[in-house]
Parts: sequence; structure tokens; C-alpha cells
Amino acid sequence: MSVGLFILVSLVKIALVFFILLTAVAYTVWLERKVVGHMQNRWGPTRVGPFGLLQPAADGVKFLFKEDLTPPHVHKTLYIAAPMIAVMFALTSIAVIPFGNWVAIGDTIYTPLQITDVNIGLLVILGVTSLGVYGIALSGWSSNNKYSLLGGLRASAQMISYEISLGLSLVGVLILSGSFSLREIVQAQSGHFWGFIPKWNIFYGGQFVAFFVYLMAAYAETNRIPFDLPEAETELVAGYHTEYSAMKFAMFFMAEYANMVTVGCLATLLFLGGWSGPIFGPYILQVLLPVFWFVAKVFVFMFIYIWVRGTLPRFRYDQLMAFGWKFLLPVAIANVVITALIVALRS
Amino acid sequence: MHLILFLIFGAVCVAGAVNLLLQHHPIDSALSLVVVMGALAAEYLLLGAEFVAAVQVIVYAGAIMVLFVFVIMLLNAGEEARSGGSRIAWVIGVPGMLLGSILMAWVLLKHSGTGQVEVGSLPGSPQDIGWLLFHDFLLPFEVTSILVLIAIMGAVVLASHAQSAEKKEG
Amino acid sequence: MVPLSYYLILSGILFACGVTGFLIKRNIITIFMSIELMLNGVNLSFVAFAAQWHALSGQIFVFFVMVVAAAEAAVGLAIIIAVYRTRETLNVDQVNLLKL
Repeated sequence: MSVGLFILVSLVKIALVFFILLTAVAYTVWLERKVVGHMQNRWGPTRVGPFGLLQPAADGVKFLFKEDLTPPHVHKTLYIAAPMIAVMFALTSIAVIPFGNWVAIGDTIYTPLQITDVNIGLLVILGVTSLGVYGIALSGWSSNNKYSLLGGLRASAQMISYEISLGLSLVGVLILSGSFSLREIVQAQSGHFWGFIPKWNIFYGGQFVAFFVYLMAAYAETNRIPFDLPEAETELVAGYHTEYSAMKFAMFFMAEYANMVTVGCLATLLFLGGWSGPIFGPYILQVLLPVFWFVAKVFVFMFIYIWVRGTLPRFRYDQLMAFGWKFLLPVAIANVVITALIVALRS
Repeated sequence: MHLILFLIFGAVCVAGAVNLLLQHHPIDSALSLVVVMGALAAEYLLLGAEFVAAVQVIVYAGAIMVLFVFVIMLLNAGEEARSGGSRIAWVIGVPGMLLGSILMAWVLLKHSGTGQVEVGSLPGSPQDIGWLLFHDFLLPFEVTSILVLIAIMGAVVLASHAQSAEKKEG
Repeated sequence: MVPLSYYLILSGILFACGVTGFLIKRNIITIFMSIELMLNGVNLSFVAFAAQWHALSGQIFVFFVMVVAAAEAAVGLAIIIAVYRTRETLNVDQVNLLKL
């Protein structure tokens, strides 16, 4: 493929993936409202469009037209930049996430279903997650409001504490796959054992403990119930996004749900086998079916996220920090040690 | 192409470093330091050190600088006060430093027979670095892990000791 | 193809900015950040030389420098918090009780 064609294909992939990601973020909000509503024995949004499916569009229009006021005495530059930082880093991790196999279009284009395959893809996602803390910390501080400051401090302390357990829970998968590249991690999970059970890392690789550590660390990273004290309405007014209105608030919202989608995609790739599933039929189906299985698994992960949100109460802050440091971190380290022992004894 | 990318990221590095010196509020200095570290990670990628670049972003820009921003927010550090007696620094110090830097740069450029580096000339993949770290550099690795343990214990003791000292007096 | 001396000059500039910040700034946290800037400048010349001599040990040393910088930042900031609790100020000029 020539350089020009490569750039053109990459631009098309970027545009397509971002459009799909932003739509997924908007409809995750709809899904959450519907599912939590039904769990609480009420309908979710039903008025705007059939089954309330146009509710995200209505929300977008509302956010655009709301009054965008800047409180006095805020640190102007950081106040405006913090939501942009949050949303920028939340949307960047999708660049290394693969959705399917290589696909050949016509005679000249042979490209993977991924914006770019970096051989340190997992480290890129971890780095971008670490940088996403800045959006929250800076928004809390620049708002010149004691509730925002406390919320921002608590949220960033929580995020950096659970980042460690998040990273360590992935080390078991890395030991089994031997590579940081997300595509190779998925390809190491191909095949079946005992006839029909797929060789996903959660079954064959024995990483079920790591999966649960990852699940809990992901809930804390994305500030979701049961770990959402920093943004709980009844505790700190609204935490770090108290003073934000209209589009800036929408950006924080988008950043949170984009983080959820990224974390879901990562869990599917590392523990649930990525895009593996029954594939049959003509070439166009062989290209689209892996993407369908990938999306189905991410959807299951999102549903579990929303299910937990509708069911559990939230942790107090000291309980939250004690859980992260005194329980989750030792369990993650034990998982790494045991996986390394088993792999070393096998080979 | 390599030269253009190097110059762009190098300019971002130098701009961030100079901005750190010129800003009055520590939070602005901290954020310009984060920009410097990001640009340095890009420079490491140009040299092929991919694992080092990733660790720079994760550890330095994503954890150490978050710690700095945290402490600035916690202590409510305000704008820096102007100090007296720095007239000599501005008259002799800064031009002297500039002169020394230009001299050193001229010497380096003129007498460098040290050759060129290409893009990605030493691909530092995580596998190779891991191999070296656990075979040739095992002792330094274990010693630094003990160092980090001591640092953690020291930080916890310092932060809590101050609080108990306050409680004893009050 | 970039000459190695360019990388060394960039590293030298970063180090010089770090030294300047250490000497002219009065806020203790900014002084600390200048120390981190100096360490980053040194890291860059390590990686540049590792690329030039094709020796991966340069990159390993960067790893150790980062670990030491992290430990130093943690303990240093804890000390700063302790000093702030007693002296109520972050200005190094005012922490002068031992002055004759």
C-alpha cells in the first residue's frame, strides 16, 4: 500500500471509529437510564422517539443550549481546559483497540480493523488512563469551591490508588500471552479446549481472579458505583464538577462514559477472547461477525456495570481506600505470583 | 523527517522548561513540567526506546507529577512571593548561564565526531529490557525495590508523625 | 538522521533550565520540580547514548533513575508537608530559624 493510500485509509478508520465511539457513549447513557429504570420498577425514557431512543439527541441539544456560565474567581485557563483534558484522554485509548481481523478491500487495501497496532498497546492505554487523572484533579482545584476541591482530591487519590491494582491484574494476562500488543494477546486466546470451551484467558488461562480484580479496579477508575463518592450528589454537592454547566459538564459526562467503554473493550480483549466466536458464511460476514462478537461481549460488560450501579450502595471514602490498598492490591500481587509460578513450572 | 520531528518536540521541551521558570504560580509550573515530560516521551520514541517512553508517561507524567499537583492543591500554594537581593542573579547569573550554554553547544557541535542516530536505531522492546533487568541487572533491581519500600515507609511515617505531633500540642 | 550532539544540546538546555529554576525560585515545590527537570535532562542523554552505542543498558539506567526520582519525590513532598505544618509557609527564605 502506498503512503497516500495508507493515510487515506487511516483517516477513514479514525473518523469511523470516533463516530461509532461517540454514538456508543451517547447510547450507553440511554442504556443505563433504561436498565436502572427497569430495575427500579419504572420505565426509563420513553417519550422521545420509540423506546426513548432519541433521548441522547435531546440531551445533546439541551447541553448545547444551556447557559454556560463561568463563576468568578476561578483559575480561568484550567477551568476551561480541565474538561477538555478529561475528554481528550478518555477518547484517545480507542486508537489501539482492535475490533477484528485483517480485512482486504478490493485488490490494494489490506488493513487491520484497528486504527494502529502498536507493540506496546497495553502500556499506551495504561499511560492514557494515568493522564486522565489530571482532568479531574485540575477541575476540582480550579473551581474555587471547597466541595469541588475535596471532590477532586478524593477522586484523584482514588484513581491513582486503583490504577496499581488495575495494572497488576493485567500482568497475569501478559505472562500468558508474552506480548503487550493487544492483537497478539487476542490471538493467543484463539482455539478451543475440551472440544467446545474457548481458550479465553478467563477460563483456560485461569485468570478469573484477575478478571474480578480488574472489574473492581475498573469500577473505581471510572468513578462508578459502588466507588462514586467523589461525585455523589448527596455527599459533596456534585464533587469535582459542581461549578460546571452546559457543554463543559457534558464533556465530563462523555469522558466518564468513554472511559467505561474503553475499560469494557479492554476487558473483552484481555479476558474474554476479543473477537473470537463462531464465524461462517461469505467474506463480508467473515469480516463483520468478529466485530459483532466483540460488540456483544462489550455490551455484556456494560450491562454488568449498569447492573452493579443499580444494585449496590456506595462505599464510604475510608472503606474505599482500605479496600483498594489492603485487599485488592495483595490479591492482584498473589495472582501475578501464582500465574508466574504455574507458567514457569509448565515450561 | 527525523530532524523535523526532533526539532518540533525539542522546541516543545525547551518552551515547557522556560515556562516553568517564568510562571509565578506553582500549578502552572507543574503543568509545564508535564508538557516537558510528554515531549520527552516523544523524543524517546524517536530514538526507538518504546518501553522507556511508555514508562515515562505512566510513572513520571502520570504518577510523580500527579503527586506534585496533589501537594500543591493540598497545601493551597499561592502565587510565589518576589524575593529581594536577586539583582545580581539577573545581571550576571542569567547572561553568564546563557554564555556558558552557547559555549558548550558550540564546542559540542564543532568537535562532535560522535556520529548520527537514526530513527528507532535501538528498539528497546519490553522483552529485551526485561531480560536484561532480570539477568544482568538483577542486583540493582532488587536494591531499588528495597529503596522504594523505604521511601514508602518514610513518607507514611513523616505524614502521620506530623499529625500526631499536632495532636499532642493541641 | 540527527547528529547525537543535538540530543546532547537539548539535554544540556533542560539541565541548565533545571539548575536556573533551582537557584532563582523561592517556592519549595517549584525548586523540587526543577530537580525533576534536571533528572529528565539526564535521562535524555542516557537514552541518546544508548541508541548511539547500541547498548540497552542505557535504557535500563533510565529505569533506575526514574525509580529513584519517584522515591525522592515521595519522601521530599512528605518533608515539605511536614515543614508546612510547622512553619506555615512554602517560601524557603522564611525557613531560617537556624540562621545566625
